[in-house]
Amino acid sequence: MTHPRLQALRAAVTGGTSGLGRALVAELLRRGAHVAFVARHGDAVQRTADELRGSHGIVGDVSRKDDIYPLALQITGTLGGLDILVNNASSLGPVPLALLADTNCEDLELALATNLVGPFRLTKALLGSLAASAREGRHPIVVNISSDAAVTPYETWGAYGASKAALLHLGRIWDEELRGEGVRVVSLDPGDMDTPLHELAIPDADRGALKQPEDAAREIADAIAALTAASPATTTEPGVLQ
Amino acid sequence: MKPAVLPRHGPRRAKLLVVDARGRITHHAAADLPRFSRRGDLIVANDAATLPASFAATHVRSGEPVEIRLAGRRSLAPDAVSAFTAVVFGAGDHRTPTERRPAPPALVVGDTLIVGPLRATIAAVHDHPRLVDIRFHDGVDEIWAAFARHGRPIQYSYIPERLEMWDTWTSIASQPVAFEAPSAGFILDWSTLRALRARDARVASITHAAGISSTGDPDLDRLLPLDEPYVIPAATAALLNQTKQCGGRVLAIGTTVVRALEHAARRTGEVRSGGGVATGRIGAKTGLLVVDGIVSGMHEPGTSHYELLGAFQESDTLETMATEAEDRDYRSHEFGDAVFIERFGGIGAEQLVTVRKGPLSRLAPGCSLLATGRQQQGASSGDLQVATNARQDLY
Repeated sequence: MTHPRLQALRAAVTGGTSGLGRALVAELLRRGAHVAFVARHGDAVQRTADELRGSHGIVGDVSRKDDIYPLALQITGTLGGLDILVNNASSLGPVPLALLADTNCEDLELALATNLVGPFRLTKALLGSLAASAREGRHPIVVNISSDAAVTPYETWGAYGASKAALLHLGRIWDEELRGEGVRVVSLDPGDMDTPLHELAIPDADRGALKQPEDAAREIADAIAALTAASPATTTEPGVLQ
Repeated sequence: MKPAVLPRHGPRRAKLLVVDARGRITHHAAADLPRFSRRGDLIVANDAATLPASFAATHVRSGEPVEIRLAGRRSLAPDAVSAFTAVVFGAGDHRTPTERRPAPPALVVGDTLIVGPLRATIAAVHDHPRLVDIRFHDGVDEIWAAFARHGRPIQYSYIPERLEMWDTWTSIASQPVAFEAPSAGFILDWSTLRALRARDARVASITHAAGISSTGDPDLDRLLPLDEPYVIPAATAALLNQTKQCGGRVLAIGTTVVRALEHAARRTGEVRSGGGVATGRIGAKTGLLVVDGIVSGMHEPGTSHYELLGAFQESDTLETMATEAEDRDYRSHEFGDAVFIERFGGIGAEQLVTVRKGPLSRLAPGCSLLATGRQQQGASSGDLQVATNARQDLY
């Protein structure tokens, strides 16, 4: 089974040292893309950059305002521009998951900072690069990693679900506003995966029933390939994919 | 002229002085810029993002602190970050005016500088003892990480507060290759770009490594601007040449765009895509091959930026412009007010005559998608207007 390639496209993935993010970095590299990834911990970044040869590891925290421009500088600097931004880094909010009434405001704020404000800031800082990509005839996209918790009100997923719902809506508005610039913004839901984040949320889950992040990464890379290859008129409406 | 002392972005608060193709001066708000665009215009901006190019460093041989300002490089390739031309200052920072900064210790080829986590070697000392080539020895990703964490935007004493990187990136900032902000581009926020397109103007970009504007040393300033590499994307070159063929105007956002486009067209008059290094100065004696108008910051007589405006308008017009700007409290420097200057005698200088019928049936072949730029909606009558002009053969 062959998968569409992403030859020479320039991609950045946040949360790139574990779970879906790491699998995506590997998958995008395999398809010929130039890939930079972002994560908070220097050791893990170094290890991942060593293991995934050719990737550019960048240390930073998307939830911190002061980290955003240094991240954007390193992403566009090392890649020489940008065609694909994957906002994947996510925070669950309170761990273990908690009823909203038991959720500390600070945990809600952290979920919003990581899942909503961070992607907004990073997208805004990189919008010049994405628009430049479009002017040069490519079809740049921003992929926001979403969740069914963005649309379904699951108990105890309040901080995460509300932040992901806001990100989903933000993405819809971005997409409307940026079409004139030739930049698409889509939200993709990878489904329940066997990742460190899932383990934090549901420690006693039946891991055998969970999707492998590598499988989700292939699906997302397929979606990215379709969106970056097709002319805007023929792409499907963005939405939450299952 | 007073400098603008606070970073402010976008056209919402700035003023715009307009000098039209007949040398007439009018005053507007910067947010009105799209009103001066026409169908068929091509607006070309420099999409370079700004490097945080100032570093507190240590000169190892003397043990003295210095400030290094990166000022030039030969290639814009993402991995070409090992070698830079740099200006070295003695101890202190931007809060001391550059002309009062102490000299650095004597710099000798082979000297080591410690720049954050990086070590740099002085590879050459140029015609001036503070202008050097430096070479970093670390890996490309390590160099970018050090720039991101230890670099500060280059700034001057008229802005005491520390600039952040976000103060120095225009909305369209893309590849980080400029040493100081291509500040004319601050006028383009996303809603302005949208308004320009709504008037059937097009927007294109080049990437130009805008250099430093001042060193505080007259001998060194005379060497500015240093040679500046640029890249013109194929899509931009195609739009430029189509615009010229169809009689549209090319409007440059900033002096760096003028330098790059005129340099790229100097051989044949056609703009070629690809990389180049813009050399030399542009001034009153330069015959412009490509650019029909410029949007720029307010520049004072005597600067190389002001000198460049001489390619667009007569010197007495520019003097009047400077006087009016002074009288009306326009602010200079990178976060200040703006001018839009059409080329004297260029497109638009002709007397407008009102015609009942649009000129679309008389367009040159291949120009049907791109209107002529001479066609305007009549402001009062609603009739289409077309300018009589010397280049009717294009129709």
